[in-house]
Amino acid sequence: MELRVANVRKEFERFPALNDVSLDIRSGELIALLGPSGSGKTTLLRLIAGLERPSAGSIFFGDEDASHKSVQDRNIGFVFQHYALFRHMTVLDNITFGLRIRKSSRRPEKAEIRRRALELLDLVQLSGLEKRYPTQLSGGQRQRVALARAMAVEPNVLLLDEPFGALDAQVRKELRRWLRDIHDRTGHTTVFVTHDQEEALELADRVVVMSKGNIEQVGTADEIYDKPVSPFVFGFIGQSSHLKVRIENGEVWFHDRVIGIKASDLPDGPATLYFRPHDIELTDGCSGCIAGLVTVSRRIAGTWHTEVDVGAGHEKIEVSLNADQSAALKGGRIAFRPRHYRIFPTN
Amino acid sequence: MALANASSERWKWRQPSVIPGFGLTLGFTLFYLSAIVLIPLAGLGIRSASMGWGAFWSLVTDERLIAALRVSFSTSLFAALVNVVFGVLVAWVLVRYRFPGRRIIDAAVDLPFALPTAVAGIALTAIYAPRGIIGQYFQPLGIKIAYTPIGIVIALIFVSLPFVVRTVQPVMEEINREVEEAAATLGASRFQTVFRVILPGLAPAILTGFALAFGRSFGEYGSVIFIAGNLPYKSEIAPLLIFMRLEEFNYPAATAIGAIMLVIAFSVLLSINLIQAWSRRRFGYGS
Repeated sequence: MELRVANVRKEFERFPALNDVSLDIRSGELIALLGPSGSGKTTLLRLIAGLERPSAGSIFFGDEDASHKSVQDRNIGFVFQHYALFRHMTVLDNITFGLRIRKSSRRPEKAEIRRRALELLDLVQLSGLEKRYPTQLSGGQRQRVALARAMAVEPNVLLLDEPFGALDAQVRKELRRWLRDIHDRTGHTTVFVTHDQEEALELADRVVVMSKGNIEQVGTADEIYDKPVSPFVFGFIGQSSHLKVRIENGEVWFHDRVIGIKASDLPDGPATLYFRPHDIELTDGCSGCIAGLVTVSRRIAGTWHTEVDVGAGHEKIEVSLNADQSAALKGGRIAFRPRHYRIFPTN
Repeated sequence: MALANASSERWKWRQPSVIPGFGLTLGFTLFYLSAIVLIPLAGLGIRSASMGWGAFWSLVTDERLIAALRVSFSTSLFAALVNVVFGVLVAWVLVRYRFPGRRIIDAAVDLPFALPTAVAGIALTAIYAPRGIIGQYFQPLGIKIAYTPIGIVIALIFVSLPFVVRTVQPVMEEINREVEEAAATLGASRFQTVFRVILPGLAPAILTGFALAFGRSFGEYGSVIFIAGNLPYKSEIAPLLIFMRLEEFNYPAATAIGAIMLVIAFSVLLSINLIQAWSRRRFGYGS
């Protein structure tokens, strides 16, 4: 089912958690809400679920305004970071809970409920464990039960709040792949919250990057990484280095010289140049480059992480060099030019 | 954590621990239990055995004793059941809501622990007597509270309330809000969430509270004798019979009644504990 978040605002006792957020989610899409803690991503998820009420704005399920529907009526599936399984129920009872509590007019027959639960159990690869209690399962298994439980009610949308946050790295990787697999098979519209960019970029069709209650950018993994639209996104996704520069007549200046980068579409004034530390080329001499002194160079496997002092009054910047580049450095001096970059005017 | 629980559940003679001196602490525990609990109880058995089977049997089948035991048992059971309902309610209010005076109410729950039971008994009698502050309103309706089993139940509810509240409260605090939210997302109403998710999860703790409240009530003496009226066959409790035998210097009879009460209390507590061990192994709350 399509989801539309329209101009939603949320405040907790006057403390703003979301400022005027809008988002369209297509049917069958797997979407990641990515951001640091306090960015409002979990709040947005809980608003979609109906576990919180928006201070302003609406949330549409398909064409229907669901803003004032209760959680119970929205028919969503929600998976919590800490599983939130019912400890006194077996795995089977956990999964069938949502169906068993329905009014008799909407409740499938007993045998049908059981059949559906066993099918789901098979889907989450836990066949044979239906009589276990949650305390008898590992963390990864519990989270899979939680997912099966959420899917049992045939939800309009599946919402996952840091679903792998409580698991160790190995299991997390495994479940990530497995979730993608399940999504491709079942086709549920799925929104999940994460602060792990690797998880978001690997798993999601589209990633929503959030910061301080705002959506910074919505796009595919490639778009987010290659064409970040704001300094925050550039800094938050992947490695980045930045340098304070000045723009004059469409040329980028650093101190008293041009660095060989055109910026014809930007107004004159101070700006910040962002680039990936590994995405640079070394230059001979310096007729248009960034030059500086190497202060520290640490080798990690095949990469040299090199700190460059570009002059007084500037933060040191970091570049990553490969073996050849590192060997080519002479006398601790380095001259380079970023191959790909973004320039954001400083306000 | 929970996994470790499951695997370490198998009984081990010796658990690794940061506290040194397993032998010392176990030895002390056994000595302490023996001196305070086991030896007196054994004495009870031995003394009552000394009176011989015939005498024991005629004592056990004494109708007045049976009536007294019945009064003790039924009033304790009833009081414990009432406390299960209202004790859980009190715990719920204390855990879930923040309101002015919460701490005072929280502290007040412990009062029955501290108050001398005789004081409680006299105070309750004064209040529920036919001319008491509350009793006067029941008098015209033809309901007598003090000097009847109803009075006994009220006194027992009073003394055993903290047991339920204090056993349920910490477990209730442990229940994660997320569990309730999970139930709601699956379509459960508030009512269904409480009765199908929260309360079943609390069942082991509630059972413990019930067992403790029952045990306390069954042996209660001080507060009950003032309000009970102590009419033989009607509102006379078994502990009072023990006291009467003691006054007659009939020690074997007193110990025999004590032994019978012990057996009844023990079998009730044991069966509750078994149910609990079973449920705790599976559910995990409060373990």
